[in-house]
Amino acid sequence: MITFYLLGALILGFALLVVTARSTVHGILFLVADFLAVALLYAAMNSMFVAAIQVLVYAGGIVVLYLFVVMLVNQKRVAHGEAVRRRNLIGSALAVALLAEIGALALHQTIRPVATPGASPGLVEPVALALFSDYIIPFEVASMLLLVAMVGAIILARREL
Amino acid sequence: MIASVVIPLLKILVVLNAVLVGVTFMVLLERKVIAWTQARLGPMRVGPYGVLQPVADVVKLMIKEDITPAKADPWVFTLAPFVALVPALIVFAVIPFGPEVSILGRPVTLYITDLNVGLLYIVSVASIGVYGIILAGWASNSKFPLLAGLRASAQLISYEVAVTMTLVSMIVSAGTLSMVGIVEAQQAQGVWYAFVQPLAFFIFFVGGLAETNRAPFDMPEAEQELTGGFHTEYSGMRFALFFLAEYANMIVVSSVATTLFLGGWLRPFPNVAALAFLGIVPGWMWFLAKTFVFLYIFLWVRATLPRYRYDQLMRIGWKVLIPLAIANVVVSAVLKVWL
Repeated sequence: MITFYLLGALILGFALLVVTARSTVHGILFLVADFLAVALLYAAMNSMFVAAIQVLVYAGGIVVLYLFVVMLVNQKRVAHGEAVRRRNLIGSALAVALLAEIGALALHQTIRPVATPGASPGLVEPVALALFSDYIIPFEVASMLLLVAMVGAIILARREL
Repeated sequence: MIASVVIPLLKILVVLNAVLVGVTFMVLLERKVIAWTQARLGPMRVGPYGVLQPVADVVKLMIKEDITPAKADPWVFTLAPFVALVPALIVFAVIPFGPEVSILGRPVTLYITDLNVGLLYIVSVASIGVYGIILAGWASNSKFPLLAGLRASAQLISYEVAVTMTLVSMIVSAGTLSMVGIVEAQQAQGVWYAFVQPLAFFIFFVGGLAETNRAPFDMPEAEQELTGGFHTEYSGMRFALFFLAEYANMIVVSSVATTLFLGGWLRPFPNVAALAFLGIVPGWMWFLAKTFVFLYIFLWVRATLPRYRYDQLMRIGWKVLIPLAIANVVVSAVLKVWL
């Protein structure tokens, strides 16, 4: 329990640093630290598979691409006036929507608790068995979605086909 | 208490020290091997045949002035070398150096931990190492290091795909992601996986050369083009950390290759009963010997082959190695189901 609260504090602290950091690159570094702390949380809950995937996909994969974009684009201009107001408005609306969603999920969970998964939810074999038997349709839909996204990105990036 | 805290800490201490001492002597070995290849003597002044050269090198690096360039980002500039080194060291947590042995009448396993997802742990930790290089290039605020950092990260990301694909075919062969489990599977099947998966072995080796930025893929440090690479602006101890990381990564790749493809601590031809007398050599010595052979090949390649051009490197990665690796996964999976 102590580990949970320590890691939770760490995760929230890093998340706060991500949004308050002046330099974008520093923000991204705090994001990496945040993802690593989340991975530690999974590991502390004995879900080693989810922890390893968290590091591999988020900390090691996606954020590297963020870093690439920020380093190559290197936007020095700071937004002013109207743009800032619009950004703040959209940001607050999204934050409220997210909070409402989390609240609704928590409420739903307390009213109608979902059956807790088996003893070792994060090991490879149970995850693989569940993914390729009970959840095969969502899995295939997700891979189709990724394929479409990939094809779309290639078409957008190429001038002529 | 002793079994759960003291012994793991002692193991970590032994492994870390062995790796760091190994790294310093790898540098000497590299200079010696390249010298012999070129019919020179190599370092000869410090100690007999220059064996104390690493000590002199370490002292020099520690007392050298450590400069932070005026326009650098000081925090990230200091963070980068540590980000490069730490992943290379913590990978050793899941490398099995030998089977269970008995020390002072107490059974001790010759690995720090045996994770159920050991192979995945290695891949994910290695994916963090690339940050060290990108950040070093960016934080130096200097054009050549930035270019070198971008090159290096593009190279690492490209070859990671091929290497990870070969690891998938190893999982198909062994049926487990645990490093200890993979060695035991080779023991049970009576064959080193280098003979079962020769193509995967080759791709892993080439990808390993590229991921450790070694010749012929040492593009990130191409002196003629980049004045030294992503660590151009580094000096003193922080430069030494990058150096340590590079050599520690070579040891990592060699030990992972030994575990996956050369049977880890198993003796040669574990299925041939006539060679049972080889069993008197303890398992961890076999492991070290195989790892050493691998490291020697790394140096041999460096001394022999010229550097690839950057576009050639990317073409080999994306158009040759990745399709081959994917084909290898498909073929091994089909054979596994049908045989």
